[in-house]
Amino acid sequence: MISSRGLLMAASKRLLKAPQIWLQRHAQVALSSLGRMAGNQLATLMTCAVIGIALAMPLGLHVMLGNLQRISGAWDSGASISVFLKQTVSDEKAASLAKELRLHQRIEGVELITRESALEEFQQLSGYADALEALDSNPLPALLIVQPKADYTTAETAQLLVRELKLLPDADIVQLDLQWVRRLQAITVIAQRAVVVLAALLGMAVLLIVGNTIRLEIQNRRAEIEITKLIGATNAFIRRPFLYTGFWYGLFGGIIAWLLVAIAITLLSGPIANLANLYESSFSLSSLNLSTVASLLLGSSLLGLAGSWLAVGRHLSAIEPG
Amino acid sequence: MIHFDNVSKRYPGGHTGLSNVSLRIEAEEMVFLTGHSGAGKSTLLKLIGLLERPSTGQLHVNDRNLSRLKRRQIPYHRRDVGMIFQDHRLLHDRTVFDNVALPLVVAGVGHKEIGRRVRAALDKVGLLHKERSAPITLSGGEQQRVGIARAVVSKPPLVLADEPTGNLDPALSEEIMELFKQFNQVGVTLLIASHDIDLLNRMQKRILTLSKGQLVDDIKPGPADGGE
Ligand SMILES: Nc1ncnc2c1ncn2[C@@H]1O[C@H](COP(=O)(O)OP(=O)(O)OP(=O)(O)O)[C@@H](O)[C@H]1O
Ligand SMILES: [Mg+2]
Repeated sequence: MISSRGLLMAASKRLLKAPQIWLQRHAQVALSSLGRMAGNQLATLMTCAVIGIALAMPLGLHVMLGNLQRISGAWDSGASISVFLKQTVSDEKAASLAKELRLHQRIEGVELITRESALEEFQQLSGYADALEALDSNPLPALLIVQPKADYTTAETAQLLVRELKLLPDADIVQLDLQWVRRLQAITVIAQRAVVVLAALLGMAVLLIVGNTIRLEIQNRRAEIEITKLIGATNAFIRRPFLYTGFWYGLFGGIIAWLLVAIAITLLSGPIANLANLYESSFSLSSLNLSTVASLLLGSSLLGLAGSWLAVGRHLSAIEPG
Repeated sequence: MIHFDNVSKRYPGGHTGLSNVSLRIEAEEMVFLTGHSGAGKSTLLKLIGLLERPSTGQLHVNDRNLSRLKRRQIPYHRRDVGMIFQDHRLLHDRTVFDNVALPLVVAGVGHKEIGRRVRAALDKVGLLHKERSAPITLSGGEQQRVGIARAVVSKPPLVLADEPTGNLDPALSEEIMELFKQFNQVGVTLLIASHDIDLLNRMQKRILTLSKGQLVDDIKPGPADGGE
């Protein structure tokens, strides 16, 4: 009975001073576990780097996919149909055909690229000017770029228009540019799933890395844990520094992943802007946005915490003073 | 304060630590525990600090029934028992100050209070000037005194010491015993295991003798010596 009274008094005393001391204690443990990690710079850096690299992979893929989706999304609405005319069709005939098609009820507009202008453009871009000059005749066909009316840009309706255009006697090849966009979108969905699976696997790897690091740390500090238990430390008290260490590993790993991906984006953005230029697009690689970074850091910290929780749960209770 | 009722401890593998020990130690007593090597002195102290559980029998410490104490409650019991070891068991990567502060940190005592109480404990054992030192830079006797400061800093009602003077020279041993006497005078109950018979005889305190795990002798000093 005295014991329960004693416990009660201790408990109420603790509650009175609790919030301040609780905060003070946590801040102290958080800092001291950080200090311990800083004291072992190389090992800490290596562990964080491994975590960072593991997280950078799914993160980088995620960013790339986001960009791909932006590309295919932008082109979806502007789907057009390319009608390559037969070689034998002259530029004049092509112009009159274009005029005719512009009156079609399902067609918004028609852009004509004559054989002449196609050749010019090709000479400019390809650098085969001399070779083409050697040919007697222009090998390029005329091209009509047909823009369907807004109501007819979905895959099925555009397909109807394609079938109709294929019936034109002068048409050689009719291509719906939407098709590759659709395929790209389908591939993107698959890739997205793959990224989720990869993220799950690498997340597990991070869990194991942190778990193993903490396990070693527990082994190294076995004597200290025993002595602290002897002196009346609760399991929560002994757990705390290890949990903070796991949290820090996760957080720093996340920061390294962020840096790695940011650097990769910076390195890639120049060449990609060049490529986009060649496609006459103003596309530029989008970098990491705030919410992605925030969820990355939150996720990696939680992974670190979970990893150390696993290690602590398994290995700490096995250490008892004797 | 301490009440053994037919307590036995058998270690896994059949070794007997203690067999059928019954004894009672009152609050504010100072008691020595002696016996040959392997007699069960450390086992008896470990049972009190719940480093081991009794195999059979009832054991009460501080009015707590230790056989019924749940695992979760063990830390709170240990905070009421100061323990001193022959090998000191100090943390070698912390300063003397931090070592002595540990029981207070563990118990969630505030920062300022810790500073005050640690210095008071270090002053008591005469090591205030060494608070910033690392334990390994101290002599064996000094390290033992750090261990003692750590055991008493949280003012536990009961202090256990297992061969606290084991590898100290007689003068140092005397000094340490003098410290224990002072703690006892302010009301701390002490149970000290030692096989230094000469020292025990000079202290004029109650002596429990163990042999092969059994309590074979319980000598109380005469009233003139002011034991109880
Ligand atoms: N962890 C253990 N596992 C098995 N047997 C043990 C264990 N600890 C102690 N014993 C046995 O229990 C008996 C009592 O040991 P204990 O350590 O209590 O003796 P002691 O009186 O402290 O001896 P010493 O003076 O040498 O320290 C011995 O026979 C010992 O072998
Ligand atoms: Mg012993």
